Amino acid sequence: MQDEPTPIELTRTVADFLRNDIAPLISGHQAFKLRVAVNILDLVTRQLTREEGSDAAELERLRALLGMDGSVTDLNRALAERIAKGEVDLATPGLSEHLWQTTMDKLAVDQPNYASYKRELSRNGG
Amino acid sequence: MIEAELSRSAQRWCPGATGVAGVARLSGGASQETWRFDIAHPDGAIGAILRRSPQGYGAAPTRAAGLAAEAQLMQLAYEAGVPSPRVMHVLVPDDDLGTGFIMQRVEGETIARKILRDDEFAAARPHLARQIGGVLAGLHRLPLDKLPELRHMTAAKEIGDFERDYRSLDWPKPVFELALRWLRDRDPGPAAETTLVHGDFRNGNLIIGADGVRAVLDWELAHLGDPMEDLGWVCVNSWRFGEIDKPVGGFGSREDLFAGYEAAGRKVDPLRVKFWEVMGTLRWGIMCGGMMQRFREGPDHSMERAMIGRRASEAEIDLLRLLAPRGS
Repeated sequence: MQDEPTPIELTRTVADFLRNDIAPLISGHQAFKLRVAVNILDLVTRQLTREEGSDAAELERLRALLGMDGSVTDLNRALAERIAKGEVDLATPGLSEHLWQTTMDKLAVDQPNYASYKRELSRNGG
Repeated sequence: MIEAELSRSAQRWCPGATGVAGVARLSGGASQETWRFDIAHPDGAIGAILRRSPQGYGAAPTRAAGLAAEAQLMQLAYEAGVPSPRVMHVLVPDDDLGTGFIMQRVEGETIARKILRDDEFAAARPHLARQIGGVLAGLHRLPLDKLPELRHMTAAKEIGDFERDYRSLDWPKPVFELALRWLRDRDPGPAAETTLVHGDFRNGNLIIGADGVRAVLDWELAHLGDPMEDLGWVCVNSWRFGEIDKPVGGFGSREDLFAGYEAAGRKVDPLRVKFWEVMGTLRWGIMCGGMMQRFREGPDHSMERAMIGRRASEAEIDLLRLLAPRGS
């Protein structure tokens, strides 16, 4: 077991430092690059926060949908192949719900401010 | 710096030119550059733009039409009254500037978010969707016999290319597989009429002023094909920049776009437009995958490129909204 502070706490403190102390000091292209850098650290923090839970839930859904076991990567590959072959489609019970949930979990990490995501989130009742 | 070469070049083909000033690099990757500068002239400075591939970067990527074709298309568009910069000079070896062309600079805004939010464009915004319809109709009417050599694309060929690009990424994505199936099942077949297709006509590639569309830029993906492709691509959600209820670039409705297109004497096929919007959304998702791959393997190890890789999920949610919409 590794010591603390945790990776989430560490990425967050670096992002805060760059945002609050460095951003006001620079301008132009460097300021643009810094914004991208801070966005990356924020994304990593969100992923570290959420990935374990969302991957476990995704794996459960994939097992039920495919009736087989494996890693989340293997089962995603298997699902992609079955869709490509036409063995599974939107008429398959659970597929649409699975793809929606998996995609919403990705957007929560990649781009929580993306307008389509926010719209769908409000549809879920928050 | 390329000021000396530009100055020598301008004095050769622009009568009265005495030199150039204000040379500045605008954007572009390693293989293609955009520069702005002014041609000094006794009648007043002439604003100009250089688009070029520097020496040693001759070969264009497979899908690109090439800078010479781009120059020819922009000039044809300009002559036909489609908003486009006037091409002033196509580079020759004596210019010592690589390959490319010099065009007149059109003042205005290209940054999509500014166009969608700044007061300066408030009066123009409600008219842009319809105006874009008219511009696309003019573009699709450019005479085929005057066009440069261009690749000919059909929906089936395009789906095949996407599938190959996607499989080469070895990046299993169930939502992309679903979209590929959907597209194959609904391929509307060859278009009734083959026209010039711009290929990247969207908010971000247009110069907009307070009076509306001033120029159509970035013709490098131009090809021959189904004109409805351009109408679908301009509606792809990623080019609405947050204004998701205004499908046409975040400006307005499909109805306005179609009305502008038909008022200019061309017919719209809304089912084909929808098909191409799904195609375009998948295309953007696969482009994000390509960015991820180039970030990993290529010489451009930039943070921006890495982050575009993480935008593939935006294409996934937009594909699901198109193919498996949830009840409201």
